Amino acid sequence: MSQPVPYRGGGFRPKRIRGLGLLVFIALLLIAEWGTRAGWITNLTLPRPSDVIRTLWDLAVSGMLWTHLGPSLGRLTVGAFFGAGVGVLVGVAIGLSSMMRAAMVPLVAALFPIPKIALLPLFVIWFGIDEMSKYALIAFGTFTPTVVATYGAVDNVDRTLIKMGQSFGLSRISIIRKIVLPGAMPGILSGLRISLAIAIILLTAAEMIGAEYGIGAYILQAGALYDLERLFAGVTILSVLGVTLSFVLGRVEGRVLRWRI
Amino acid sequence: MDLKIDALTHHYGPTEVLADINLEIPTGRIICVVGPSGCGKSTLLRFVGGLERPSEGQVLQLSEPPADSLNPFTFVFQDFALLPWRTVDGNVRLVLEDHGLGKPEMDRIVLDVLKRTKLADFADALPKNLSGGMKQRVAIARALAVRPAVWLMDEPLSALDAQTRELLMDDLVGLWQLQPFTAVYVTHNLAEAVRLGHRIVVLSRRPGKIRKIIDIDMPLEDRAAGNASLTKIEQELWHLMRDEAEAADQELIT
Ligand SMILES: Nc1ncnc2c1ncn2[C@@H]1O[C@H](COP(=O)(O)OP(=O)(O)OP(=O)(O)O)[C@@H](O)[C@H]1O
Ligand SMILES: [Mg+2]
Repeated sequence: MSQPVPYRGGGFRPKRIRGLGLLVFIALLLIAEWGTRAGWITNLTLPRPSDVIRTLWDLAVSGMLWTHLGPSLGRLTVGAFFGAGVGVLVGVAIGLSSMMRAAMVPLVAALFPIPKIALLPLFVIWFGIDEMSKYALIAFGTFTPTVVATYGAVDNVDRTLIKMGQSFGLSRISIIRKIVLPGAMPGILSGLRISLAIAIILLTAAEMIGAEYGIGAYILQAGALYDLERLFAGVTILSVLGVTLSFVLGRVEGRVLRWRI
Repeated sequence: MDLKIDALTHHYGPTEVLADINLEIPTGRIICVVGPSGCGKSTLLRFVGGLERPSEGQVLQLSEPPADSLNPFTFVFQDFALLPWRTVDGNVRLVLEDHGLGKPEMDRIVLDVLKRTKLADFADALPKNLSGGMKQRVAIARALAVRPAVWLMDEPLSALDAQTRELLMDDLVGLWQLQPFTAVYVTHNLAEAVRLGHRIVVLSRRPGKIRKIIDIDMPLEDRAAGNASLTKIEQELWHLMRDEAEAADQELIT
């Protein structure tokens, strides 16, 4: 008998397949378009994709797109910046100091599962109905996952590298800046992915209360009128926002983490 | 800088790891420490380097370290401990940055040590692109850069294949001839010990005590592999270690 040894390797290694994701999107849209045109999907179930695209187009041409997107992006940026920024600081502090760990980890664990949306009325009372309460909600929502991801990442930094730094007499600040932070960066960045997705969810929620402009407000108005085209147009904008942020973060990861693999 | 280990004993909780170690480490000599797994070799090295404090006894400096030494006690680790996000150049620079040397002086030192370790052409490479032997040469270059008074080497060649190990031993001998350094060199490999050690210290199994000290007078440059008198010493070491290693192997690790 002579035959090749059976092959049992392979798999378990993600490969990059270009364009397949886009193809799935397009296929779904085409099916929806076909269904709504042919009539086996009623207009009340799903708007026609082409109508949604036209609505988006009108929105862009009339300038209203920017009127809504501008304030939303502002809120997202400010809120996520402070939430993630303070989250990274607190996470690093927890990772480095046993005192901070003992003090903060239970608190963070207690805050994490609170649905932040439920606190929105409280934030309105504390910070007013204006921008401040929206910033606070987004910041608070991004803070906890960032903290958890960051101190996990700091815990995972190779201890032998830290010992090496100490054995060469590096100052504590140098060890933190040149060994701990770069070593924790992969974990921090993947935590940031989750935090930013949460930020978008909370943005919409915050804008559904007391905002004249913003994607959330736009969706709320459309929903109240059962204007499905506009509702889906709003949702599409959010999706695109999410995909864009994820793409940008992927680029940043590629740059900052070039030393890996 | 001469060192003296004086009646050093150490416990981790209830387990005694090292018992009454007395040892002199004279300037310009390489002291090899061999002993069965878990007998406390790495622990001893950490005490000499000041990374930990023994329960009893002490490690004494008998003289001031040379004034130009930036980091008198310098480790070379088994797993290289290079920062993967820094280039070869950056990894060497790392240990100079805290000393306020100024850029021209740092550039000069980095270039010098990379030349001495034959790495000048790889200054911009990242560790992931280097072979194991090259990585350890980077670690050696990094140690050279701070002009150590004492080198503390914990199985520096154990992660490398036999051929690379031979080459690096030659490199170490070359560096020592250029400028004799003081070193405490922990190893499992008896061939390494007889090749590099001016003095070989054999520890017993845990708790580590000094079982024997062997001085080898033959100059480093004459010690070719397969030399008869070295092989004899290696045999002797092996007989000393064998029983200990066997006994250590039968014990539960607590
Ligand atoms: N930080 C520590 N806390 C508790 N026990 C320790 C610690 N470090 C080492 N030990 C114990 O002390 C003993 C000696 O350890 P050490 O690492 O010094 O041995 P070694 O001779 O270097 O062994 P190997 O040849 O395997 O490297 C071992 O039994 C180990 O389990
Ligand atoms: Mg060891």
